[in-house]
Amino acid sequence: MRPQDILCPVPAGLFCKDGNFHIDPVRPVERAVITHGHSDHARAGHGAVLATQETLDIMRLRCGENFAGSTQAAAYGEEIRLGDISLKFHPAGHVLGSAQIAVSCKDTRVVASGDYKNVRDPTCVPFEVVPCDVFITEATFGLPVFRHGRAADEVKKLLASVALFPERAHLVGAYSLGKAQRVIALLREQGYDAPIHLHGAMEKITHYYQNQDIRLGELKPVRGMKKADLAGTITLAPPSATSDIWTRRFPDPVTAFASGWMRVRARARQRGVELPLVISDHADWDGLTATIQATGAGEIWVTHGQEDALVHWCKTKGLAARPLDLVGYGDEEESETLAESEEA
Amino acid sequence: MNRFAQLLDRLAYEPGRNNKLRLISAYFREVGDPDRGYALAALTGALSFKHAKPGLIRNLIMERTDPMLFGLSYDYVGDLSETVALMWPQAKLAGHNNPPAPTLAEVVTTLHMLGKTELPSQLARWLDELDETGRWALLKLVTGAMRIGISARLAKTAAAALGDKDPHEVELLWPGLTPPYTELFAWLEARGDKPVNLDPAPFRPVMLAHAIEETDFASLDAADYIAEWKWDGIRVQAVAGRDARGDLKARLYSRTGEDITNSFPDLTPSLHLPGAIDGELLVMREGRVQSFNVLQQRLNRKLVSPKLTKDFPIHLRAYDLLGDDQNDLRELPFGERRERLEAFVEKLADPRVDLSQTIAFDSWEALRAARADPAGAGAGDDAEAVEGVMLKRRDALYLPGRPRGPWWKWKRDPHIIDAVLMYAQRGHGKRSSYYSDYTFGVWTAGEDGEQLVPVGKAYFGFTDEELLQIDRFVRRNTIEKFGPVRHVIHEPDQGLVLEVAFEGLQRSPRHKSGVAMRFPRINRLRWDKPPGQADRLETLEKMLKDEQNKILVTSGGG
Repeated sequence: MRPQDILCPVPAGLFCKDGNFHIDPVRPVERAVITHGHSDHARAGHGAVLATQETLDIMRLRCGENFAGSTQAAAYGEEIRLGDISLKFHPAGHVLGSAQIAVSCKDTRVVASGDYKNVRDPTCVPFEVVPCDVFITEATFGLPVFRHGRAADEVKKLLASVALFPERAHLVGAYSLGKAQRVIALLREQGYDAPIHLHGAMEKITHYYQNQDIRLGELKPVRGMKKADLAGTITLAPPSATSDIWTRRFPDPVTAFASGWMRVRARARQRGVELPLVISDHADWDGLTATIQATGAGEIWVTHGQEDALVHWCKTKGLAARPLDLVGYGDEEESETLAESEEA
Repeated sequence: MNRFAQLLDRLAYEPGRNNKLRLISAYFREVGDPDRGYALAALTGALSFKHAKPGLIRNLIMERTDPMLFGLSYDYVGDLSETVALMWPQAKLAGHNNPPAPTLAEVVTTLHMLGKTELPSQLARWLDELDETGRWALLKLVTGAMRIGISARLAKTAAAALGDKDPHEVELLWPGLTPPYTELFAWLEARGDKPVNLDPAPFRPVMLAHAIEETDFASLDAADYIAEWKWDGIRVQAVAGRDARGDLKARLYSRTGEDITNSFPDLTPSLHLPGAIDGELLVMREGRVQSFNVLQQRLNRKLVSPKLTKDFPIHLRAYDLLGDDQNDLRELPFGERRERLEAFVEKLADPRVDLSQTIAFDSWEALRAARADPAGAGAGDDAEAVEGVMLKRRDALYLPGRPRGPWWKWKRDPHIIDAVLMYAQRGHGKRSSYYSDYTFGVWTAGEDGEQLVPVGKAYFGFTDEELLQIDRFVRRNTIEKFGPVRHVIHEPDQGLVLEVAFEGLQRSPRHKSGVAMRFPRINRLRWDKPPGQADRLETLEKMLKDEQNKILVTSGGG
């Protein structure tokens, strides 16, 4: 069987005809398989949803109880058969519950990796290399200028700033699902044990992480705090809130932003960030290229991000590669912005 | 080098002056000699070596990366040094064999000695050894494109903070010091004696005036003060002194102590007597002082051509004498210094240096009248370049900084117009959650009838309370958003009128309206005024024409 007969790109997303399901569909479909809970991948309104238990829980938290007609949970490594098609979830290391989805038919295997990163993250199961024939990769940071370095060093930078400016508040912009909890966990690993404050929009998801036995230490809502008491503290907030009226409750805040985009100075300056922290939930250039090679796949499909550079690189390595031209992904931040500025 | 790069990186993003100071001081405290000294030199612009061309950097990266990947990356990042710093393929060596990253001192001293042919391979070695930020800073340094966004003064202030010293003291020593400033740091850390400034023509920290308020006059006695015109030029200190061999050295300093001698070669021959004059730099044509707009043509020029010095002849108007040959006069009262100054200028007998005249007055009312009509009160043809009056206590010693009381400045009233708020933009740093930068416009006849044309931008002048009010108004009356900019409603019957104060006007092809304001600020919020009644462009054009005529007449058509 040809791989494009197993999975093919259609306007709603990646479609498997024999299994009659879409992966991360961008519009309502009958049967959806969801890789992870970020809003550009996990949307409400599908008939049936198959995902990891964590992803289902997160969708419920973010979209409400009736986010889908029916749900089915899949464990990592568990095989699910739909006729000739076999489905298997493997850890993607992106956020809690994130999965790559291996779709096999006879002896051909296609892996849709969703968003992934191949570096350590104390808040989720590490990425697993899945040997396959076709590897579908994201390309969010698909340019060789994106090298994320060690996240621990970036957190040290934040702590050095807190030590230098004890009278100021430190405000860290971070996506509320995954990034925020990872930054908190990394701070704890560096021995920072003071309470960490949360913007209202962070509370629900972060408490969910804590309920999943992810240790984040003492967390406090920033709501109701006195301005003077916020001196010397660290607060996590959605990126959109860090330039909002909301920041006026903090004493002379230092605005940090934890994102892979912070590698490029123009991006950081554009956002008015004072302390860029290069911490990413996505694989960097070295991560993408190493993963592609490790899967052993002879054919690479590239989606959302800098497809051109990654496709070009694959070809120089003798791999068949093409961009998938799927639309609707990679704007987790934008879709969060609207929802959260209301909550703030 | 990596640590210095981290500092530059932080400074590049930090908008607050005091926070920048803290960052630099922390660096000086943490890093030892000689690295911090070279850092101080880099921050004050005191380093000099032959810079590498961008072509060299491009060749280095082309030899190491796929051209197409480089092209896509460069397109994305938009800055050559940054692109190369980020995509440089780091040599993967066994950990314990890695050479240590170069120190800043190593980089600076090597660059001084290095021949042109050795530069590419040396750069490549360093790039292998440094991290991303280190590579970025190195490339900015070697290409001479380091824009740190801090002044030399700020770096010196940060150094002074190391020993709780007054930055003026550092400024005073500065001309006699060279990188890596080990003796300076030793003194600041109380490990060594105060360095001696052996410069024959050193800078002396300047004395500044407070702006006087109406309420201040009640407690001041007119008889205690000498008044003189406040010139709209550049405050300078012109110093001449003899070196060890007895040769006369002349230097011109800005008010912050920056050596600007080379920009005014036409003035140096006039400083032929040892002494230190505090005065105003002006352009003088046919015996008349020109406006600031004319002087501006002489400023910030890299090349000072004979044509420039001929068309814009420079002049020094002296108002104080800080040193007379070997004598330090700063401990003398101003009245006595003034007498010495008059004698000094007379002895100098140079057409390029003259005395700033005092204004005769016996009461504050008389001075107020003189300030309102400088031409009639003795300034004569030079009245155009008068921006107010200066008051100096007869018994005032020359004290560095801005002591309250001995010196006052009493500026002429600014020009005022009523303009309409058109666009608002978020500020930076503390003001990043406020719409604090305002573009305002005035009415003019357009193709579709009356329309507003932007004439300027202002981001200060208002109180904190007013800022809150404008911010609220902007948020409630936004028509459209473009990134950080908000289009605020501005119709004849809806919108906010801002009373804008400014010092002068200039013609400007870069502005749609054709005019640019000098030093515009928000004077008052006119909630009471409907936007339809704000000023018109014709009003500004008339002011401009008046000013322009004066320039043309006095410059003799040149």
